[in-house]
Amino acid sequence: MRSVEKKGRSVEEATAEALKELGVAPDQAVIEVVEESSKGFLGLGAREAKVKVSVRERPADVAIQLVQDVLDLMDLDADIDVQIRDTDISLDIKGEDLGILIGRHGATLDALQFLTNLAAAKQTGNRTRIIVDVEGYRRRREDMLYRMAERAADRVRRSRRSVALEPMSAQERRIVHLALKDNAYVITQSEGEEPYRKVVILPKE
Amino acid sequence: MKELVAVLAKAIVDQPDAVTVAEHEGEDGATVLELTVASDDVGKVIGRQGRVIKAIRMVVKAAAAKEGRKVAVEVV
Repeated sequence: MRSVEKKGRSVEEATAEALKELGVAPDQAVIEVVEESSKGFLGLGAREAKVKVSVRERPADVAIQLVQDVLDLMDLDADIDVQIRDTDISLDIKGEDLGILIGRHGATLDALQFLTNLAAAKQTGNRTRIIVDVEGYRRRREDMLYRMAERAADRVRRSRRSVALEPMSAQERRIVHLALKDNAYVITQSEGEEPYRKVVILPKE
Repeated sequence: MKELVAVLAKAIVDQPDAVTVAEHEGEDGATVLELTVASDDVGKVIGRQGRVIKAIRMVVKAAAAKEGRKVAVEVV
């Protein structure tokens, strides 16, 4: 977080000076009083006020910075397409040969997304949900899981026997549960231990 | 690779200035990266049930694989 420390005859004066140097408005800054000013006694012990002013960063800024740093350090040539809608922030990384960033079933991408959310929350104090994606992978995978869930549910309905899907991450299992939530013929539940936990689709009684 | 671990750790701790990463060769030829953070930040880089360190390892593993290397990350 960009910050400066300034001294002045009063807290207000020191703050104004610091804001000017940072070039930001008061509502974009976090102001911390390090020392109050004091007039002292008979001219003795007089002290200037000291403040520390930091630029309040937005979660999107922190997220973009971290993802960009990771891309640079991995020597990946990519652009980040940023979309901000209300409190939802999504970063779609675009470029060639980014499969390495996705990992098996998106495991590496999930790790990067998790760390990005953690960093943004830590550095801004805001709990915004940040989605980190590579070339729209999440959307494609979600569509694929949706179709897979529907097909499996169909099989369960016709055979009246339960079907276990392959192991998935919590996020992916959630997509499957949601896909079949309103299905009149089946119910879903997760079974097993991580990382082999999987969704089982059972016929409704 | 060292710097990647440092960048990820610094982004999520209270005291980024206390983050250091040392590198040495492990027994099996793999590179071992030793991450040191302020004592109050150890829990943050490990996370509940090791979730955070697992995520750091996952990203570093991908970066290492790209270079055809094996890298282990340890918190010391």
